Amino acid sequence: MRARIAPRLIVAAAVAVVLALLPFQLSGYHQGLAARVGIYFIAILGLNILTGYTGQISIGHGAFMAIGGYVTAIMSHDHHTNLIATLPLSLAITFACGILVGIPALRFSGVYLALATFALAVSVPQFALKFSKFTGGSNGIQASETPSYEWIYGASWTCAAVGFVAAWLLLRGRTGRAFRAVRDSEIAASLSGVSLPIYKTLAFGVSAAFAGVAGSLFVISTNGFAQPNEFGVLLSLQILVGAAVAGLGSLWGVLVGALFIGLLPTISADVPVVGSAHGQDVVFGLIVILIMLLLPNGFAGLLARAARARTRA
Amino acid sequence: MPARRIPFLRERRPTGGHTSLPVLFALAAIVVFLVAGSLLSSIFAQQTVAGLAQGAIFGSLALALVLIYQATEVINFAQGEMAMATTYIAYQLTLWGLSYWLSFFLALGIAFALGVVIQLVLIRPVQRSVIAVVIVTVGLFILIDGLVTWKWGADLKFMPAPFGNQVYHLGQVAFARNDLGVLIVAIVSVILLWVLFKYTKLGLAMRAAALRPAAASLVGVRVNWMLAIGWGLAAVLGAVAGLMTEPTQFLQPTMMQAILLYAFAAAVLGGLESPAGAVIGGLLLGVFLNLIGQYVGFATSELRLPIAFAVLLVVLLAKPNGLFGRKQVRRV
Repeated sequence: MRARIAPRLIVAAAVAVVLALLPFQLSGYHQGLAARVGIYFIAILGLNILTGYTGQISIGHGAFMAIGGYVTAIMSHDHHTNLIATLPLSLAITFACGILVGIPALRFSGVYLALATFALAVSVPQFALKFSKFTGGSNGIQASETPSYEWIYGASWTCAAVGFVAAWLLLRGRTGRAFRAVRDSEIAASLSGVSLPIYKTLAFGVSAAFAGVAGSLFVISTNGFAQPNEFGVLLSLQILVGAAVAGLGSLWGVLVGALFIGLLPTISADVPVVGSAHGQDVVFGLIVILIMLLLPNGFAGLLARAARARTRA
Repeated sequence: MPARRIPFLRERRPTGGHTSLPVLFALAAIVVFLVAGSLLSSIFAQQTVAGLAQGAIFGSLALALVLIYQATEVINFAQGEMAMATTYIAYQLTLWGLSYWLSFFLALGIAFALGVVIQLVLIRPVQRSVIAVVIVTVGLFILIDGLVTWKWGADLKFMPAPFGNQVYHLGQVAFARNDLGVLIVAIVSVILLWVLFKYTKLGLAMRAAALRPAAASLVGVRVNWMLAIGWGLAAVLGAVAGLMTEPTQFLQPTMMQAILLYAFAAAVLGGLESPAGAVIGGLLLGVFLNLIGQYVGFATSELRLPIAFAVLLVVLLAKPNGLFGRKQVRRV
């Protein structure tokens, strides 16, 4: 057991050191970009807990991000709450929302659950438009302070590191075992004394809380501005793509998934072939398809295959 | 020795034909309500007909989703964008001087080829994993969107109106000729599809491939080809939906995105495995949204999508497999 964990700890420590030194090397714009990667990291981590470990597909994590984001923006705008102080609040509120969504979700499975959560992703931004008294409607709402790039970078990656350790601790123990049992066979899990309703809604709550914090940071990183368009369906799909690229059911690919959705659109905008703003989508779509054709189990699947090949040799 | 099973295609029992009685009663009650309302109020009648036309479009796209879901248990997120792309192809054909209806049928042919090629090249290699298929269709969504915007631009384009802009008057009720045309085209294409599945050898083979892939391949059905043809037919239905959307929404890259969401709702409402359910679900949703938009002040246009999905959630909580779906029984 120790032999298997040690090299991974070294890699994780190396990544942490690089991330800690990185801001000194980057310009403000690139710090913002790197912070965005950290935010996606948190959201993908959350989705992975739900979909990868408990087997419940969600295409609606953009909705939880929107809720978290609006909590931060509204608290800061209306009550001048410190931005850091809004994070635990957004965590608590989205955790509760996740539990609330998780209870009816107990009745759905597979594609029905995927589409029900998709409905959530579609509906939440519409509510923000409808109840414009609180949310500013399509104009959005502005937080009362706009922190610097360094601040945003530090906050995102600190949260990402805390989240990663928390997820790892949660998933390696009793709870994680119960989650995986539910994923592999609900009937076998319930026969072994795992309470399906408790663990499935718990997974929803935890996962939503991760997405909520990511959403708060997302709003902070867009100059403290929360707008319905930012939280459209595309955001939910992006996070799902990131989770699939990372590989479901393993925490070790999440960074790759976050880098993928965080940086690829910017990088592919510079590809000269198509030579227009829309070339970005063409390249992004093509690469998503190619990666799935080449690595159907994502980056973590690739790692697992490499590890198997090494033990066999 | 047991027959070797194709691992990614679970065998399922045939579905349909066992609609529960309460659902039938509810449907009958809804029809009576709509007819009575239409006789009493001309605005109600107009909204109902317009809703049926809109619902027929939802239904066609929902049927496309169901065709693919039935065979492989995956949802094609790119269905709407494929429809949008073929509508642009028809637009390009009219620009080259072809008549509307010639372009219409040529575009359907191109849609079929496109659907088959997408299944063969992109979907078949990842067929074993549902999540991989979903991600590939999401990638396809982004790719097609980018390609179309790149080629034709994001601004509105207009095609010649297929049915003209006349309005028929029946007593005090005014029917737009376009609404009736859309309704008829959608219904005819659904009937043609039903005939194909029910009365042709190809249709029989496709049903066999979807229900019992291993047994079908033993009697000589080329299961993989049937799946590809299924994608082709779904693309044709999508193209019909796209071309019928064009007269009211005009051409733009985002034209099918909201409609795809309504089609999801319609398909799930009907039970995802039931083609008839998808069409009925689409019609019900179209009429319901139009009527509630007319008579309930709170239901402004921002709430159209959330209302559609609220209906969906309520139905699903009562009947987790949709109105016409079957309870799933699984051997452990």
